[in-house]
Amino acid sequence: MIEIKNVSKWYGQFQVLTECTTQVAKGEVIVVCGPSGSGKSTLIKCVNALEPFQQGDVVVDGISLSDPKTDLPKLRSRVGMVFQNFELFPHMSITENLTIAQVKVLGRSSDEARDVGLKLLDRVGLTAQAAKFPGQLSGGQQQRVAIARALSMNPICMLFDEPTSALDPEMVNEVLDVMVQLAKEGMTMMCVTHEMGFARKVASRVIFMDHGRIVEDDSKEAFFGSPRSERAQLFLSKILQH
Amino acid sequence: MNYHWNWGIFFDQVQNGDETYLAWLISALGWTVAVSITAWIMALVLGAIIGTLRTVPHRGISFFANAWVELFRNIPLLVQMFLWFFVVPELLPKDLALWVKQDMPAKEFVTAAICLGLFTSSRIAEQTRAGIQSLPRGQTNAGLAMGFTRAQVYRYVLLPMAFRIIVPPLTSELMNIFKNSSVAFAIGVLELTFVSRQMQEDTSQGIEVYAAVTLLYFICAFAANRGMALVEKRVQVPGYIAGAH
Ligand SMILES: Nc1ncnc2c1ncn2[C@@H]1O[C@H](COP(=O)(O)OP(=O)(O)O)[C@@H](O)[C@H]1O
Ligand SMILES: [Mg+2]
Repeated sequence: MIEIKNVSKWYGQFQVLTECTTQVAKGEVIVVCGPSGSGKSTLIKCVNALEPFQQGDVVVDGISLSDPKTDLPKLRSRVGMVFQNFELFPHMSITENLTIAQVKVLGRSSDEARDVGLKLLDRVGLTAQAAKFPGQLSGGQQQRVAIARALSMNPICMLFDEPTSALDPEMVNEVLDVMVQLAKEGMTMMCVTHEMGFARKVASRVIFMDHGRIVEDDSKEAFFGSPRSERAQLFLSKILQH
Repeated sequence: MNYHWNWGIFFDQVQNGDETYLAWLISALGWTVAVSITAWIMALVLGAIIGTLRTVPHRGISFFANAWVELFRNIPLLVQMFLWFFVVPELLPKDLALWVKQDMPAKEFVTAAICLGLFTSSRIAEQTRAGIQSLPRGQTNAGLAMGFTRAQVYRYVLLPMAFRIIVPPLTSELMNIFKNSSVAFAIGVLELTFVSRQMQEDTSQGIEVYAAVTLLYFICAFAANRGMALVEKRVQVPGYIAGAH
């Protein structure tokens, strides 16, 4: 479904990604972790071409991102993305947040978009909030709406960039529950997260990044059993302490 | 003070005319409003476009937009008025120049509105740019990730929020445009400032005349302020706190 092939990326002189290679098969859930600044966000944004890269290639559902003929907006509409800061559109009601791209990008009628949106809102348990605005919801609620918004486009896979790290602790689980549910339904997912409980529950593989490189890419069992690199062991011991 | 008060002056006949000074003042107010509103619409449309272009990551486009802003905000408004009135027509192709100078209807009004509109557009462009750039970068990414094109991201995500954020500075721009429209007197638009000067010369009742004109400008600016307050209220986003995330 997603193939990342030898991707390298520079910001000026500074190399953020060095020869990253991995793949996500249909239905797999990949968890990406690593210290802050190691390039996790950059890597995941390369998957839907929010960040350009200078070397290598990313292929999503058979479509190469480095091919200049690729219709990037169309490709992005098929890849759902959830951000650390939710990034709902603040001037639109929750319903509008859920329908606007369906109407403007997919060309659905507003009635159809509404049906799809409200069903998804129900699924994340927020039907009562349909008429509210993002600023009136809690962080956890906003993030669940953001997941529903991404799902409204019927994506072939979902990308998550630290979806729970901006949340108060008591709201983390309501978001993780939605993600676990999604994983169990067979959604292909690539998640940057430090929630190792989530990783243990649903991950197929865990990737560990450091200084722009993928230094571990293991099955969950192998990763939690005996990560090979010292950095990964140190990192794991740190985040598993609390 | 030996001033001879005469508030009845407004009901006297205009010299060499058959209307009262009051009627003349009211028509002058009409021209002031007409110049200001025409210029305002132009400034909003152009300012929004130029301000948006200033945020587009493209060398040529942003150079053009920057040049626009610098050009119109670095020359005094009065000088710009003269440039548009006396110099620009000379630079036009011959036939067009002739038409502009002789046949263009309401020549002074059109020139003043264009001049004031362009001048103000550079200021609104700056505010639009600042409004767009004050939004979190993640908003653009979120829009793009939904499959919007860049143009759609501006249309549906960035500009609606940017314009809400800049309503307060736009309010002062609208008030400014009424005040700045007084410069149009210099090229002979029969607006409030022009008429008040003429009336003061004719009648020597300076205090009454300028009291009336001051009041009329005040009412314009105040109405602009109240009008924009209504706009601000209408577009308010429930629960949104600027800068908070
Ligand atoms: N626009 C940018 N310009 C320059 N450097 C950047 C930019 N964005 C990110 N970086 C740098 O790239 C590195 C990786 O960033 P990021 O992918 O956000 O890391 P992570 O998500 O793992 O914390 C960091 O060192 C960061 O400072
Ligand atoms: Mg990050």
